[in-house]
Amino acid sequence: MKYEYLPHTADVKFKAYGKTLEEAFSNAAFALSNVMVETSKVEAVVKKDIEAEGEDLPSLLQQFLEQFIILLDTDNFFLSKIRKIKISNRKGKYSLSAVVMGDEARNYETIGPQVKACTYNSMFVKQEGPQWTVQVVIDI
Amino acid sequence: MRLIRTDWTIDDINPKLKQLLDTLFAEVPSGVGRGGLTRLSDSEMKEILAKGSKWSLEQGYGTKDDLATTEDYGSMKEADPECVSTTAIARGKPQLGTLGAGNHFLEIQAVDSVYDEKTAAAFGITGKGQVTVMVHCGSRGLGHQVASDYIRDMEKKYGFADIPDRELINAPFQSELGQKYFKAMCSGMNYAFANRQMIVHWIRDSFKKVMGSDDGMRQVYDVCHNIGKIEKHKVDGEMKELCVHRKGATRSFGPEREEVNELYRSTGQPVFIPGTMGTASYVLVGTNESEEKSWGSTAHGAGREMSRAEAIKRYRGETVARELEQRGILVKAASWKGIAEENIPAYKDVDEVCRVSNEAKLGKLVARLVPLGVVKG
Repeated sequence: MKYEYLPHTADVKFKAYGKTLEEAFSNAAFALSNVMVETSKVEAVVKKDIEAEGEDLPSLLQQFLEQFIILLDTDNFFLSKIRKIKISNRKGKYSLSAVVMGDEARNYETIGPQVKACTYNSMFVKQEGPQWTVQVVIDI
Repeated sequence: MRLIRTDWTIDDINPKLKQLLDTLFAEVPSGVGRGGLTRLSDSEMKEILAKGSKWSLEQGYGTKDDLATTEDYGSMKEADPECVSTTAIARGKPQLGTLGAGNHFLEIQAVDSVYDEKTAAAFGITGKGQVTVMVHCGSRGLGHQVASDYIRDMEKKYGFADIPDRELINAPFQSELGQKYFKAMCSGMNYAFANRQMIVHWIRDSFKKVMGSDDGMRQVYDVCHNIGKIEKHKVDGEMKELCVHRKGATRSFGPEREEVNELYRSTGQPVFIPGTMGTASYVLVGTNESEEKSWGSTAHGAGREMSRAEAIKRYRGETVARELEQRGILVKAASWKGIAEENIPAYKDVDEVCRVSNEAKLGKLVARLVPLGVVKG
């Protein structure tokens, strides 16, 4: 399973999984985007570079996911594919760079509410055996 | 949250309801990824953040009376656009004058009951059958970005090791960062004021097109929620200046508070508690008792009790819309899933919520409004 939505009264809560940290982060980006649009239907015609930094893994994840919310508001961008994603740790600081593909949001039928923010509420990033799990609550 | 009263009755509106809803849906942009009708420069955005509804009025959106019936007259003086990041401004630019999605809505309603005739009359509510229009939306992506930016800055400055949830990060109000955040939040409020002011202008335009005039469409009030405000309250018998945070709550000041707009200083401020697209919404009036019990606050909505995921699993938007139509309520939404998520059983019983507010004297019942037509983002 790539991700699953969990019960939450007012907002959207999900867990995303991956064999690597990068895979779990990617799946989280799809969990977030699929609240608004079926990403499998979005064409990969526009390329965006994404950068994020964090003092720790939750803040890196928060900033990474926030980039998709910002890209929708400012560039009318919906995610289709994540081409490259690399997370590195230098002197205790985490950084992420990714290349993502997508299309103009206005070309697609939306299926749910607009994601307004990625919160720290109930957030975790953890490794259990061979699997990474991240949990996120997004504000809608 | 804003309410407009009209001189029309259900009988005037009903034959044109569908046309009216279609016009409102076309005139007021809503939904995910659907931008506004304005193209703004950075300097215009900064002016909006500094001035709020005053900017909208200067641009020809709305009337002086609208500002007279808006909390803080539609303009927070403490706002400083320099405290708002370029990312937040970039998010706000294409969204000005848009309703958004989720629980945001625009609703044509009719007065169903009046509980307090004298106060209702002061609010412009004349009696059963009168048509009103309610709008719920706020500072959109800009407000959320302001929060995200300052959560990050406060974590860097004060750390988060001692707090149970990172969302609860804070800064002393009088610190440099605390003050910067407050000024940025006030800028967000101004954006929300300007946003609703433009939407109200387009609502009037829509009615003018369909009904032939917008005479009598007077704003009752515009109240903020999900904000922090500096107010004086009694603490252990002593008046103190406090920062009152209202999240999921709305201000409910009674008579004679100096913060309440002059027009309503003798009655207490109007308070609106919306239900769902199929249930009632209420007009209440603020009380002096609420100032003692809840720092002048009451609930700002019915409140959800079912998760969106559960609502989508249980209901189909098309079916919900058809059932509402059978009851004489038209719904127009950008997404069917949005309708399923906002279905009646997903929320608490608004009649009960308002009854409790009334009995606890946090806000007294003035009138009950029922939906005729709803635009959902």
